[in-house]
Amino acid sequence: MMQDQPSPNAILAAVAAWLRDTAAEALPAHARFEAKVAAGAVELVRRQIGAEPSESEEARMLSALVGDTGGLDALTARLCAQIENGETDLSTPGLSDLLIATTLNKIDIDQPEFSAAARLRALAQRRRGLP
Amino acid sequence: MNAAQDILHPQTTLENGLARLVPTLDPAAQGIKGLRRLSGGASQETWSFQMDGGQGYHLILRREPAAARSGGTGIGMAAEARVIKRVAAAGVPAPQIEHELTPDDGIGAGFVMLRIDGEALPHRILRDDSYAPARAKFARQAGKILARIHQSDPTGLPIPVLSPREVLDDLGHRHRAFGAARPVFSLALRWLAQHAPEPRAPKLVHGDFRMGNLIFGPEGIRGVLDWELAHIGDPMADMGWLCMESWRFGNADPVGGLGRREDLFAGYEAAGGDPVDPATVRWWEILSALRWGVIIEEMAAWVREGTDTSVERHVIARRASETEAILLLHLLEGAA
Repeated sequence: MMQDQPSPNAILAAVAAWLRDTAAEALPAHARFEAKVAAGAVELVRRQIGAEPSESEEARMLSALVGDTGGLDALTARLCAQIENGETDLSTPGLSDLLIATTLNKIDIDQPEFSAAARLRALAQRRRGLP
Repeated sequence: MNAAQDILHPQTTLENGLARLVPTLDPAAQGIKGLRRLSGGASQETWSFQMDGGQGYHLILRREPAAARSGGTGIGMAAEARVIKRVAAAGVPAPQIEHELTPDDGIGAGFVMLRIDGEALPHRILRDDSYAPARAKFARQAGKILARIHQSDPTGLPIPVLSPREVLDDLGHRHRAFGAARPVFSLALRWLAQHAPEPRAPKLVHGDFRMGNLIFGPEGIRGVLDWELAHIGDPMADMGWLCMESWRFGNADPVGGLGRREDLFAGYEAAGGDPVDPATVRWWEILSALRWGVIIEEMAAWVREGTDTSVERHVIARRASETEAILLLHLLEGAA
């Protein structure tokens, strides 16, 4: 059954704005700080709900890399073991692209404004041959 | 201590305990006022209060939390107090300790120190106009203070001795114990092991020298706080940690977001510090990104285990990706 509007995105945006602009202003110093942190937490969840699902693409790239099939957790643990024993490193075809893509998927939700996120996006563009 | 009272009214118990204590510091004091918990300090509790009557000193209580948490631990309150007294005597700007808690005080383990008046919030120090003079001299001043810390005599201090490789091995163990499988961390652990610096003359190392643990006035650094991770080891470690990207708070300049590495190193050497090896500092800076990532994994474990349910800890637990981005850029580009 189709839910009515407004969307989760719109409701969470309203909650975050209220925490930041109304609640924070009405609270004493430490609680004001916590209200702003809470607004940031709601924004993070909002970004995650709005993100394109990327796990199946990640599992496909991982499968190709480690030469096996399985769930995301098992494949990731397998890749870590291959890195730790020296079998796989950044000269292995596909590893750099996989790690850039998965790290960007995470930081774009966790902290899109973090300084290193912009540099990593620029690196991904250059590797795709874009200016 | 009355356990039931402590659970129901922890602040009352603490307030009464401190009120009993202050007359031993100043016979004219009649009690305390303005007791409040300060934000920050994920591992230790920090409380601010003022002596009522007498000299009216503003005081800080630093004490161990009631419940233990997963992950890396500090050196303990008694050792921290000894380190602070040692460095203060050597001319490092550090708090003056007024009293170390005893079991008779009935308010846990810790110590009381004089409050250093000033600002520790990074965003204010990095942005407010009034701190412009402190910002201009920060990198050099930090170098000078670090040289003084590293020149302090660590003989007899009850703190660990750690080589670069031991620090790295400890991070690997903690990551495997509390974290998730992360290919970027696996690559970083391997790169760090392959490029580990040779042990150099061990010195007293602060262990957490960064924005947030430094108290500022408009004229510059007034005090170095939080000595719970002090140890004896490679002095370059403190410079690498200070330069790590997470402690730049969005600014571009590498030294705490405020200065150039060249000025940090020049200030260090001018104050008598051993010659700086920039490649070793860089190794420590990469290790520092991994170290912050492992600490974040431990904080995620606190959330998972229910030992810290604050919103702030939930959000910090989602910051491991920032350290993966820093490490991946380093591994792919060697970028600064």
